[in-house]
Amino acid sequence: MVKFKITCDQATTICDKSQYGNATIMEIIRLRFHFLGCKLCVIYTKQNNLLSKILNRIKKRNAICCLSKEEKEQMRLKFQEEFFKKNNN
Amino acid sequence: MTSEKKHILDPEKWISLHSDYLYNYAISRINKTEISKDLVQETFFAALNAMKNFEGKASERTWLVAILKRKIIDYYRKINSTKGQAEVRMNFYNEGEYEGDWIEQRVPQTWGNDADKNIENSELANTLAACIASLPEKYSIVFKMKTLQGFATEDICKELDITTSNLWVIIHRARTQLRKCMEDNWFIK
Repeated sequence: MVKFKITCDQATTICDKSQYGNATIMEIIRLRFHFLGCKLCVIYTKQNNLLSKILNRIKKRNAICCLSKEEKEQMRLKFQEEFFKKNNN
Repeated sequence: MTSEKKHILDPEKWISLHSDYLYNYAISRINKTEISKDLVQETFFAALNAMKNFEGKASERTWLVAILKRKIIDYYRKINSTKGQAEVRMNFYNEGEYEGDWIEQRVPQTWGNDADKNIENSELANTLAACIASLPEKYSIVFKMKTLQGFATEDICKELDITTSNLWVIIHRARTQLRKCMEDNWFIK
């Protein structure tokens, strides 16, 4: 006999997994079953879907950054110091 | 003549050739500029000391990335053990008799019908980004890798040396906290 009854903690964990398409069909069924008796987790799920949409926008907007010239120069100086130290030993 | 080309190391060119790549590699995982820079610098130092172990089978960059990966795991382990113990985590679910049920004072509130109207609003995205930044670091690293950088679950587990179930527990805690943070700072101010 498959256990259908899950706690809110478990239900919301499944909801989180499903945001990434990583929940199994069995888990989704359990989650739906849980929704019948729990309006709070319905609210959580609705809001979680909304968060995913906003997160997607952040994902798109995040541009990858680079080291500045100065930062690279600093890195190079420290590295040369280490390089000479090593070669003189 | 052998067809396999043996790779060689040229430390004088490391910074100009690889520092941006390594920095991007680190920042997409750690997301702290200073720490990412330090890790890259340490990687170059460590590489310098390990040059004699380089066998020439992998390219210079692959070899450097492998060293950086170790540095990232070490960093992740460090914040996991030291800060982790002192940090107070907010619980959202009961323990004991009502284990797993929502704690009454922390149940999700409804955000109103027009909550999803403003998702184009950049202030909204900024607020969420600030909420992510306020997560405990060991959650935010895993959460960002999974959500914002879109890494595969197995890759994150391998890189940070954690189990899959561990990953989902972290994602779950991160998202529960984010929901609450957005409720307090945006939806029900």
